[in-house]
Amino acid sequence: MNVVVDLNRCQGYAQCAFLAPEVFTMHGEESLLYHPVVPDGQLEQVRRAAVACPVQAIVMGEEAGAGAR
Amino acid sequence: MHGEPRDGRIVIVGASLTGLRAAEKLREEGFTGSLTLVGEEPQPPYDRPPLSKQVLLGKVPAGHTGLPQRRELDAQWKLGVRATGLDPIEKRVLLADGAEVPFDRLLIATGTRARRWPHPAEGALDGVFTLRTSDEARRLAERLDAGPRRVLVIGAGFTGSEIASACRERGLAVTVAERGPAPLVGALGGTLGALAAKLQRAHGVDLRCGVTVTALEGDGRLTGAQFSDGTRIDADIAVVALGAVRNTEWLVESGLAAGPRGVTCDAGCRAFDMYGIVTDDIFAAGDVARFPHPLFEYQLLSLEHWGNAVAQAEVAAHNMVNPGPRRRPHLTVPAFWSSQFGLNIKSVGVPTFSDQVVIAQGSLKDARLVAVYGYRGRVTAAVSVNQARSLEYYQRLIETAAPFPPAPGAADQIESPDPVPSDVPDPKLLSHGPTVALTGHLPDRRLTVVQPAR
Ligand SMILES: Cc1cc2nc3c(=O)[nH]c(=O)nc-3n(C[C@H](O)[C@H](O)[C@H](O)COP(=O)(O)OP(=O)(O)OC[C@H]3O[C@@H](n4cnc5c(N)ncnc54)[C@H](O)[C@@H]3O)c2cc1C
Ligand code: SF4
Repeated sequence: MNVVVDLNRCQGYAQCAFLAPEVFTMHGEESLLYHPVVPDGQLEQVRRAAVACPVQAIVMGEEAGAGAR
Repeated sequence: MHGEPRDGRIVIVGASLTGLRAAEKLREEGFTGSLTLVGEEPQPPYDRPPLSKQVLLGKVPAGHTGLPQRRELDAQWKLGVRATGLDPIEKRVLLADGAEVPFDRLLIATGTRARRWPHPAEGALDGVFTLRTSDEARRLAERLDAGPRRVLVIGAGFTGSEIASACRERGLAVTVAERGPAPLVGALGGTLGALAAKLQRAHGVDLRCGVTVTALEGDGRLTGAQFSDGTRIDADIAVVALGAVRNTEWLVESGLAAGPRGVTCDAGCRAFDMYGIVTDDIFAAGDVARFPHPLFEYQLLSLEHWGNAVAQAEVAAHNMVNPGPRRRPHLTVPAFWSSQFGLNIKSVGVPTFSDQVVIAQGSLKDARLVAVYGYRGRVTAAVSVNQARSLEYYQRLIETAAPFPPAPGAADQIESPDPVPSDVPDPKLLSHGPTVALTGHLPDRRLTVVQPAR
C-alpha cells in the first residue's frame, strides 16, 4: 500500500503525525515529510490518519502499475 | 460527436503523475474502451517532489516513491519504451521499438526533463548530476552518503534550493551559484528572493549570486569549478539545476503546436495544431502543456507544478469522454509548495504576474509571513512562509480579482503596509528557467516555435 499527500491542501495540522508517526513526520514547523511506501505493520494507523486529516489531503492505494513491471 | 465517447481506444503517452491521474479519471467517468499508457521510464508512475526532499535527506529510498493508484485501471502498460512520433492522419503513435499504437483519442503527458550542462564533456565528468528521475535521485543520494567534501549547486530555483537545503541538513559543505540577484527571485520576485538569500547564508550555504559557472574542471572525475568573477572552488559533486526542458521532440513532425515552450492547448486541454486550429482528439496536460488562463488575461501558462498536473489531467480526461457541451475548462488557480531550510513555502496564483508586492501578514524578520502580489490594482498571487493556513483566504481574493493592496484583516500584523515593486526579473537573467512561464504576450516572441523536420 502506498500514500501520497497533496501538500497544496495539507495545512500542517499534524494529526497524521500523531496517528502514524512512523510514516508521517513534521519537518520544521509546518512541512510534512512522509514515507510513500507504507510498511505492513502501519496500514491501520495510516488508514486512521487518512480519515482524520481535516483537509483530506492523504491519498492511499495500491502502488500504481505494480503489475506492469 | 458521432459514436459513443466512452468507448474506443485511448492512448496516454507519458506514464507519470499526469498520465496516471488521467487514466484513473477516464475509468471513473465510465470509459470502457481500451486504455494504453506508454512511458519511457521502466518504473511505474512515481512521485517526484520527494526526490529533492525525503530522498536526498536519506529518509526514503529513491525506489520508494511509487504513486498510489486510486482505482482499478484495466490498462495496458508499455513501460521502458519511448514514443518517437505521432501520425495524426492515421492516428497512431510510433514507438522506439518499431511498434505502432493506434488510437481514437490521445493524451500527451510527456512532461519535462532536466536541462543538461551545456558543455557535454564537462557534463560527463563523474560527479556531475541532474535531478528529475528516481534513478538520478538514487545516484545522487548515494554520493551524498559517501560524504563529499563540497557540493556545488548550479542554479537557485526551487529544485536547486531544496538540494542545497538537504545537503546542509546532512552537514555537507555547499556552494550555490545563481546568475540572478537572489535565490527564488525568478518565481517570487525581489522581496522574498532577498529573504531566501539571507536564509541560505544563515544556514551556512556559500551563496554566490550574479555569477555563472564558466567551467567544470576534472579529469574523468569532477574536481572543481570556475566562476565568471574569476574565482574557483574545489568540489567533488556538482548538481546542475538549470531548469527543465519540455519533452516535445517526438512531436516535431506531428503538425501540432509543440515546441520548447510545450504543447499549446485550449482551456479544455485540446491541443492546437501549428496553425492554431484546435484538434478534437488530441489532448495535452501536465508539465508539457501550455494553456490560456482567464485569471491571467488569457496568457498562455506553462506550469511545472504537481497540483496543476493533477487538476489538468482530470479536466483532460473528463473532456476526452464527454461531448462538447459537457466539456469543462481548466480554471484551477495555480498553486505549489516547497520545503527548504526548515520553512514551508506555499504559493497560490502567479507571483510573476505582478507589479507590486506587500507583506500582508507577519514579517520578513521572523520568516513567517504572507506576501500578496498585485497587478494593476488587483490581487494576482499570494505566497506564505510558515503561514500556510492563511493562504486559502488570499486564494479567494485572487479568484474574485479583489483590489490590491488587500484591506488588512483583523488579525493582521503588518510590518510594512506599503506595497513595493515586486521586482520580477527577466527570466533571461536567471540560471534556471522559470517554473512558471507566462508566454505568448510579448510581441517579440512567436506563439509557438515550429521546428523544421530534419
Ligand atoms: C525534484 C523535483 C521536485 C519537485 N518538487 C515539487 C514541489 O515541491 N511542488 C510542486 O508543486 N511540484 C514539484 N515538482 C514538480 C512535479 O513533480 C511535476 O509538476 C510533475 O511531476 C508533473 O507531472 P507530469 O506527469 O506532467 O510530467 P513528468 O513527471 O515529467 O512525467 C512525464 C513522463 O513522460 C515520460 N516521457 C517523456 N517523453 C516521452 C516519450 N517520448 N515517450 C514516452 N514517455 C515519455 C517521462 O519519462 C516521464 O516519466 C518537483 C519536480 C522535481 C523533479
Ligand atoms: S493531517 Fe492532513 S493537514 Fe495535517 S499534516 Fe497530515 S496531511 Fe497535512
